[in-house]
Amino acid sequence: MTHTFTVSPDFPPARISGWFIFNTWLQRRLEAAIHLELYDDFVRQRADIAAGKIDLIYANPYDAALLVREKGFVPVARPRDKADEAIIAVPAASAVQHVEDLRPGARIASTDDPDVRTMGMIMIEPADLSAANTAAVACGNYVLVAKALLSGTADAGFFLKQSFEELSEVTRRQLRQIVESHIYVVHHALMAGPRLAPRRDEIRDALLGMDQDAKGRDILANLGLAGWDELDEEATEFMIDLMDTLT
Amino acid sequence: MLRDMEPADIAGGAFKEARLTYFDGASRIVRYTDVEVPFPEGRLIVSCTDVPGMITQANKAFVDMSGYSKEELIGAPHYILRHPDMPRAAFKGLWDTLARGEKWTGYVKNLRKDGAYYWVFATVIGNVRKGNLVGYTSVRRKPSRTKIDECAKLYPTLFAPGEREAYSP
Repeated sequence: MTHTFTVSPDFPPARISGWFIFNTWLQRRLEAAIHLELYDDFVRQRADIAAGKIDLIYANPYDAALLVREKGFVPVARPRDKADEAIIAVPAASAVQHVEDLRPGARIASTDDPDVRTMGMIMIEPADLSAANTAAVACGNYVLVAKALLSGTADAGFFLKQSFEELSEVTRRQLRQIVESHIYVVHHALMAGPRLAPRRDEIRDALLGMDQDAKGRDILANLGLAGWDELDEEATEFMIDLMDTLT
Repeated sequence: MLRDMEPADIAGGAFKEARLTYFDGASRIVRYTDVEVPFPEGRLIVSCTDVPGMITQANKAFVDMSGYSKEELIGAPHYILRHPDMPRAAFKGLWDTLARGEKWTGYVKNLRKDGAYYWVFATVIGNVRKGNLVGYTSVRRKPSRTKIDECAKLYPTLFAPGEREAYSP
């Protein structure tokens, strides 16, 4: 039987090959056939999760509730020292210095990355802004969010912190960060679906040992990860509860 | 059992006093000032309690904003933050909402250990594990100044007759 592995669509395009290499490594470690299915957007991925097509996922924290509470996934591991944090940035020359300087009608560029969008919307609340009185500028990725700011089609943009920091130096010089989240406890998670759940501890052991050899460390580096830490049920439930308070 | 707030802990000299009596019958003298501490940008204050309301988890933002050490917070009742300017009516519906399995949100003026205050937009949800309620998580985020100003005008009008008078130390 071939299992299906997928990755939250918010990963940077440069990491695609890294996930294929990781999948090959995982198949060898588990001696199992695993197909890597990548999606361009969260809607199609969630449809396949709902249809029971996914067995293993590197999931966005926003989807943790759906996966654990509705689809019977079990948490396996989380990326070490890697929390999801959001940044709101404006064009460098913008008169906006603080979130409170943004006004109703502001055009906000963002991707469909749900946890970053949630954190971004929370950070504009102090300006009495919400989805109801701002204009959303939908972008396919964070480079396009930056372009929307530089072209003047958006007044502010939501970025995943890591993606903001990975923008080119030239682009970043033309942008200015006005606020950054420091939430610490929101992070991606690798989770096993019902068909792979019986092998949860085996997958955990493989992941936790990845940084013990040079090949494993190379694969991790290609994913932008330092290693994996075990993620238990209670820590996942806590994150789900926390995300629930934010939405 | 919470101890009275100590005058020596109060920052800035002049302070007011009130005796607060909490839902469980406990009572203490709180000392408070007109000093507002702004909510830090980009932070969330996160705490968890057990079902009776004793704090079981507190993140760094909670420790920083409350002025208490983590050791002082863990095991203390969450009402350690209760400010005398918060009428009981402002919390009306909190427990009913949670009992229905829904989340409660509201704007709250919290009391720091040093007598100063900070406003938050709070969300509280029940933690349900295997069908059982095991505690609550409260997440507080930065409120808008407009909402703070509205609440600062509204809340003094919500005190029940005699509620404030009972504050007399």
